[in-house]
Amino acid sequence: MSSVSAPLGTPGTAKSLPLILARELASNLATPMFLMDAGGMLVFYNDAAAILLGKPFAELGEIPSGDFGSALELATPDGTPLRRRDTPSGIAFFEQRPAHLSVLATMYNGERRALDATAYPLLGATGEMHGVVAVFWEGAPSERTD
Amino acid sequence: MRARVWGCRGSVAAPGPDTVKYGGNTSCVEVRLTSGHALVLDAGTGMRPLGVTMQDDQPVELHIMLTHLHLDHLQGLGFFRPLFSPGLEIHIWGPTSPVEHLAERIAMYLSPPLFPVRLEDLASNITFHDAPEEPVTIGSATVRSAKVTHQGPTVGYRIEEQGRALVYLPDHEPSLGADLATLPAAWMSGHDIARDADVLLHDGQYRDHEYGAHVGWGHSSVGDAMEFANKADVDALVLFHHDPYHTDTELEALLSEARSHWPGMEDRVRLASEGMTIVLDAPGVTFTEPVP
Repeated sequence: MSSVSAPLGTPGTAKSLPLILARELASNLATPMFLMDAGGMLVFYNDAAAILLGKPFAELGEIPSGDFGSALELATPDGTPLRRRDTPSGIAFFEQRPAHLSVLATMYNGERRALDATAYPLLGATGEMHGVVAVFWEGAPSERTD
Repeated sequence: MRARVWGCRGSVAAPGPDTVKYGGNTSCVEVRLTSGHALVLDAGTGMRPLGVTMQDDQPVELHIMLTHLHLDHLQGLGFFRPLFSPGLEIHIWGPTSPVEHLAERIAMYLSPPLFPVRLEDLASNITFHDAPEEPVTIGSATVRSAKVTHQGPTVGYRIEEQGRALVYLPDHEPSLGADLATLPAAWMSGHDIARDADVLLHDGQYRDHEYGAHVGWGHSSVGDAMEFANKADVDALVLFHHDPYHTDTELEALLSEARSHWPGMEDRVRLASEGMTIVLDAPGVTFTEPVP
């Protein structure tokens, strides 16, 4: 028998109920949604997000959100790169407050898309941090970099 | 440890000739530890007869562990005689809330006009605690809880002693919005506390064909309960929180349905019944069913 859970932020370990419920919600929505856990791991994104990114989550698996950030580059609408902590999910994670931005996102295939991004922290009943939910909506028509 | 079921009916008490065999009292399970401490899992109407028995057999220390505050898990509290024993130390554990302390939420029931006695007027000394998400030691056992999928803040409990684990998840709908068969275990509500348990008391309120009309009500179909137990790799599953509309005959049909999910391992699943005792110690696990 095992009596002690592994720490948060480790791939494949038990997830807290707020994260579980957020994943179930995301799985049933057509809006691209990403989940990060309290340890900063990207632990899930839904099929709508997979279509947007061009890569299913099963192919990527759980990865540190910093690594994911280097794969999905975000910039301001004028093309200025955003530091991780200045993205909506970075603000939600590091400052534990909701954030909304219009961004220019570079996908896996090099395509750049104008998106609106909203992120908010998942705070539990006693204020404890469980992770971050980030939601993306299509903004202006997409443009290609090539 | 030795567990005894004092109530295993769900939603509302259902006494009568059709429910004599499995019982009509709502959720309450007494767990006596080798150290002499007692844990009482939930305070449904089964708590009233438990309190009568406990007057003559007082534990070293008494801990009431509430999974949530729906009335079928709380209604017996006001009729639990030890609460009226002057000076008796009692600990009550329950799910956290960002809005109100556990005592304030329980006092909504234990106060007029719903109940004639106020919580603060009880003679015993009650200490309230948030359900422990990290392991805590109570007597000879280690206890921890985890929040689980149900309507409103709800936890399940895992009790470990002498290398054995008893897990109590009476109200649980892990399949809500998910397919348990394909869901990774790490993403399954309750899996973390249930895994590798020797005995799991789990919600099995609905037969599979009944569940479709009750999705989101916070309870499990028997098929989902079996799938959950299977993925958690538990040794024995005790179906709990019987639907108040299920007669003894219907519950036995539900059990047959459950056992069909585990061919060759039928003895690993059974129905909870009032008076059932479960002894978990180093040699193994022994169930004793009440004689009708």
